[in-house]
Amino acid sequence: MSRATTESLTATGGGRVGDSPQRPDGNLKVRGEFAYSSDLWHEDMLWGATLRSPHPHARIRGLDVGPALAVPGVYAVLTHSDVPGENLYGLEHPDQPVLAGDVVRYQGEPVAIVAADHPETARRAAARVRVDYEVLEPVTDAETALRADAPVLHPTNPDGNLVRHVRIRHGDPAPAADVVVSGEYTVGMQDQAFLGPESGLAVPAEDGGVDLYVATQWLHADQRQVARALGLPAERVRLHLAGVGGAFGAREDLSMQVHACMLALRTGKPVKIVYGREESFFGHVHRHPAVLRYEHGATRDGDLVYVRAEMILDGGAYASTTAAVTGNAATLGAGPYRVPNVHVDCYGVYTNNPPCGAMRGFGAVQACFAYESQMDKLAAALGMSEVDVRVRNAVEQGSVMPTGQVVDSAAPVAELLALVRDRPMPPAPSAPYDLRELPGGVSNTTHGEGVVRGVGYGVGVKNVGFSEGFDDYSTARVRLEVVGGEPVASVHTAAAEVGQGLVTLKAQIARTELGVERVVILPPDTSVGSAGSSSASRQSYVTGGAVRAACEEVRAAVLARAGAGAGLAGGKVVSAGGDVLADLVEVLGGEPVERTVEWRHRPTEALDPSTGKGFAHVQYAFAAHRAVVDVDVELGLVRVVELACAQDVGRAMNPDAVLGQIQGGSAQGLGLAVMEEIQVVDGVVRNPSFTDYLIPTVLDMPTMPIDVLEYADPHAPYGLRGVGEPPTLSSTPAIVAAIRAATGRALTRAPVRPEHIVG
Amino acid sequence: MVVSMDFLRPASLAEALELKAANPDAVPIAGGTDVMVELNFDKRRPAALLDLGRVPELATWRAENGRVRLGATVPYTRIVDELGDVLPGLAMAARTVGSPQIRNRAGVGGNLGSASPAGDAHPPLLATGADVEVASTRGTRTVPIGEFFLGPKRSALAADELVTAVLVPVAAGPQQFAKVGTRNAMVIAVCSFGLALDTTRRTVGTGIGSAGPVPLRAAAAEDFAAEVLPWDEPAANTLTDDTAKEFGELVAAAARPIDDVRGSAAYRRHALAVLARRTLRWAWQDVSGR
Ligand SMILES: Cc1cc2nc3c(=O)[nH]c(=O)nc-3n(C[C@H](O)[C@H](O)[C@H](O)COP(=O)(O)OP(=O)(O)OC[C@H]3O[C@@H](n4cnc5c(N)ncnc54)[C@H](O)[C@@H]3O)c2cc1C
Repeated sequence: MSRATTESLTATGGGRVGDSPQRPDGNLKVRGEFAYSSDLWHEDMLWGATLRSPHPHARIRGLDVGPALAVPGVYAVLTHSDVPGENLYGLEHPDQPVLAGDVVRYQGEPVAIVAADHPETARRAAARVRVDYEVLEPVTDAETALRADAPVLHPTNPDGNLVRHVRIRHGDPAPAADVVVSGEYTVGMQDQAFLGPESGLAVPAEDGGVDLYVATQWLHADQRQVARALGLPAERVRLHLAGVGGAFGAREDLSMQVHACMLALRTGKPVKIVYGREESFFGHVHRHPAVLRYEHGATRDGDLVYVRAEMILDGGAYASTTAAVTGNAATLGAGPYRVPNVHVDCYGVYTNNPPCGAMRGFGAVQACFAYESQMDKLAAALGMSEVDVRVRNAVEQGSVMPTGQVVDSAAPVAELLALVRDRPMPPAPSAPYDLRELPGGVSNTTHGEGVVRGVGYGVGVKNVGFSEGFDDYSTARVRLEVVGGEPVASVHTAAAEVGQGLVTLKAQIARTELGVERVVILPPDTSVGSAGSSSASRQSYVTGGAVRAACEEVRAAVLARAGAGAGLAGGKVVSAGGDVLADLVEVLGGEPVERTVEWRHRPTEALDPSTGKGFAHVQYAFAAHRAVVDVDVELGLVRVVELACAQDVGRAMNPDAVLGQIQGGSAQGLGLAVMEEIQVVDGVVRNPSFTDYLIPTVLDMPTMPIDVLEYADPHAPYGLRGVGEPPTLSSTPAIVAAIRAATGRALTRAPVRPEHIVG
Repeated sequence: MVVSMDFLRPASLAEALELKAANPDAVPIAGGTDVMVELNFDKRRPAALLDLGRVPELATWRAENGRVRLGATVPYTRIVDELGDVLPGLAMAARTVGSPQIRNRAGVGGNLGSASPAGDAHPPLLATGADVEVASTRGTRTVPIGEFFLGPKRSALAADELVTAVLVPVAAGPQQFAKVGTRNAMVIAVCSFGLALDTTRRTVGTGIGSAGPVPLRAAAAEDFAAEVLPWDEPAANTLTDDTAKEFGELVAAAARPIDDVRGSAAYRRHALAVLARRTLRWAWQDVSGR
C-alpha cells in the first residue's frame, strides 16, 4: 500500500500508469478553444427545435402543424406519427415516446420537432404548432402515486405506478435492541448542471442511414435506441462522439438524438440541435428526490443490531434507470457498516414530475444522507462520538453486506474515518475579518455576529460498475505500427470522454504495456464495439481493463514475431532481466499488429426478488469526509470552511485526475447539502436556469485536504478502484451534520435552506 | 421569419438622445448583462438596440456641489475602485453584484433601466436620497430615487428618455450595505438592506431590496433611529440592544415580501430585521470611531 497526500500527488510528467501527464484537452478547455458538440457545423445544415408540453399531464386531443410549416425557412415539422420505427425508447425498458402521442406525462415532454434554415426560425415555427391539450390532474407525490386509487400513468406497466420494489431481508426479521433511533429524511431533486447543453449534428448518408455526432455517455446505447426509433439496422446509424461538456449521468438517456436524425433523414440535409440553457433543464433526467424512513437499533455498547428502512424514490414520468437506482439505494442502504439484521423496502415510482435517472452517486447518495444522519443520531443517543460509533461498526475486508455478499477486497472504512478526524482543524475566523471567509461572503451580512462553528462526518459506500448480473464489458482495439521510423500505438474505443480524463488514461496504459512513447487515441465512435457507459465510476476499470487486455495480446503477438523476449520497453524487445534483444521498429517492419478485445469484469448476480440476496456488485468503493462549517445561525447562511476527504482508490492511475474527481465529487455533494435543488410545484419546474438553480462557486468551495489510499483490489486491472462517485456521497451528510452541530437543528432535508436553520 | 435587429451606435449623448427619440422602441444596451440574457432566453426581440458603449458622457463621474454625478455606464468595478470613500454604500453594493466579469461590464444605469426590485444599486441610492438624471431631446430632468420605481421592472422613464447619471450625495457619515443570498458569491438578493447615516444633519437613510414590488424605504425606522440615536455621545456602547432591535423590527415591518423560489416572505422579514440591526451597529461603531 502507498499513501499519498495532496502535495505528493501533483503531476510528475511522464505518461505511464501512475503518472499525471497533461490532458490533451486541458489547455483548450481553459482557453475556451475546445470544440464542444454545440460548436458542430456543417455546410448547408439546418437547425432543429423542439416543441415541449407546458403541462405535466395532459391528453393531446389534436395537433396542427400547418401554421409552423407555413413559416418561410421551415423544411420539416414532425410529430409522433412521423417516427419511422418504434416510438418508444428507454435505457432499461422502452416506455418513453420519442414524440408524445396521445398523452404527455411531464412538463417539457417533446411533442413536435422542426427543422429550419435558422435556429430562431425553427424555434418560432415550433411555437406555432397548435396543440389541443386536455389538461389532466398531475400525480406529483410518489407515495400518493402508489395508492390503489391513483391514476395509472403507464397502463401497460403491470405494477401500476411502481417501477420497482427491492426488498432486502437479512438476518432476524424481528430483532431487538437496547437503543433505537429513527428518522424520516428527504432529499430534493438535484441537477447534474453540466455546462454544455444537449447538442449534436445528424448527417444523412448515402446508404439511407445517418451519421450522428453527439455529446453522450454511451454511444452504443444511443445507437441501439436511435436505430429502433428510426426503424434502421444498427449499422446504418453510426455515432461519433462530439466534444462533451460534462455529463454526470445526464447524458445517459437520449435527448435530441432521434429528433435530429428524423429531421436529417426527412429533409436530406444535416440537422443540428442545441438546447438552450433553460431547455436543458427539461432535456435530461435529474437525481431522484427521495423520502427515506429509517430505524437503527444498537446495543448499549454501540454495536449495530439492525437497520430498517423504507425508501421512496420519485422516478418521474418515465423509467429511465429508476430500477437500477432503486437497486443501488436498497443494496447499499445500510451503508458501509456491519449490520447483522437488515430489512429494506425501496420503491421506485412513476409520477408526473420531471423524469429522474442517472446522476453521480446513483441512489447511493440519497441513502447515504439518511443512514449517515442516523449514525449521528445513534452516536448522540449512545453518548459516543460520531466517529467512534462509525469506526466500531465499519465494514472491513471479509464483512458480509446485507445482500449476503462478502466484501472481498480492501475496505479501509475505519482508517478513512480516522484520517479525516485526525487532520488539524482549520483556525476559527478572527478579527479583522476577511468577508470572503465568513458566511454570506462579500455580501457583508456578518462581521462575526451569530457565527457558530460546527464539525460533521460522513462516510459512504458506492458500487463500481454495472451490477445485478448486467453483462458489463468494454471493447478496445489496439494497433502497434511503425510511423515515420518510430513505433506508434493507436487505441480505439467507443468510451466517452466526458471530462474525467479517460483520454489520458488510455494512453498511459498503452505506454506502460507496450513500452512506446507515441500513442494516438482515436476518436470514439461505433465502428468499434461497445465500451459501456462513462458512468458508475467504471471506465478506468472496464475500458482500462479492455485496453490493457488488448495491449497484452498485441505484445504477445510482437514477442512471438520476435521469437524472443519477455516484454516491451523503451521501444525495444527486452528479456525478463531487461536486456535489449531487438528493436521494436525492426520487429514490426511494415506489418502492424492489431488486436481487438472485448473485456469483462467478473460476473455479478441478480438479486433474489424476495430477499435481495446475491453477489450484485463487482466492487465497493469508499470515501469519508469531515466538514467544518461556519453558520450564521441568525440568518441561516453557511460557509463550508474546510472539507477533508479520504478515499481508497486501489491504485492512483493518474494522481492528478484522482484529485480532480475527489474535488469535483465533493463540490457536487456540497451543492446538494446547501443550495442545489430543482424546485417542482404541481409538476412544474420553478427554477429552470442558473439564475435560481444555484451551484457552488469558487467562494463556496473550500480548500480540501485529501488523503488518497492505494490498497490494490486483486480483481481489478492494476488494482484500481472506481473514483468518481464515492466523494459525492459522503460530502452531503458531513456538511449537513456540521450544520446540525452548529445550530442544534434536526435538519432532516437536503438541501438545507436558510429558512430551515432560522426556523 | 428571422427578424433583423438594428444596432444603433451613437458616439455622443446628443446623438443617442436623437436616436432614442426617433426610435422609442429601441432598447438601450449598456453592459448588456440584463439585455443579452433576455435576448438569449428569447424574452425580448426588439427592433433595435441602442448601444451606449461609445457615449463618452455616460462613462465618467465627477464631484459636483456635494454630490457625485455618476454616469450611467460607469461599471461597478470602477465604482468599487474609485468611489469607496465618497459613496461607500454604493461601492459596497457594487462589490456584491454578480462576478468580476459582470462588474466589469454592468453599471447603475442598467440596474435602474431594469428596475428589478432585486437590483443591488437601489438600496444605497434610496438610503442616500439620490436623484436620477434622465434626458431626452425634450430636455433633462431629475427624478428623486423614491419616485423612480413604479412596479416590478417598471420605472418613471419615458420611451424617449435615457438615464444619463445618478446624483448621489457625498457620504456625510458611515454607510453600509448587506445582502442575503443562498450562496457566498454571485447571487441575486433574497433580500438586501442599505443604510446611510448623516452625522451632520443627524438623519438616517434606509433602502430595502428584494422584499417588495419595488425597492423600499423604511421611513418609520429612519425617523425612529434619527430620533433615538445618541448623536451627542457617539460611543459604540451608546447604541443599546433595544434601539437596534426596534430599528430592525421597523425595517422588517416596512418590507412587503412574497414567497418565491428564492425564499419565503417570513424569512425575508426575519433576515431584514437582522441585517438592519447589524448594519446600524456597524455604522454606529464607525461614527464612534471618528
Ligand atoms: C451572471 C449575472 C449576475 C448578476 N448579478 C447581479 C447582482 O448580483 N445584483 C444585481 O443587481 N444585478 C445582477 N445582475 C443583473 C445585471 O448585471 C444588473 O442589473 C446590471 O446593473 C445591469 O447593467 P448593464 O449595464 O449590464 O445593463 P444592460 O443589460 O445593458 O441594460 C439593462 C436594462 O437597462 C436599460 N438601460 C441600460 N442603460 C440605460 C440607460 N442609460 N438609460 C435607460 N435605460 C437603460 C436597458 O435597456 C435594459 O432594459 C446579474 C446579471 C448576470 C448576467
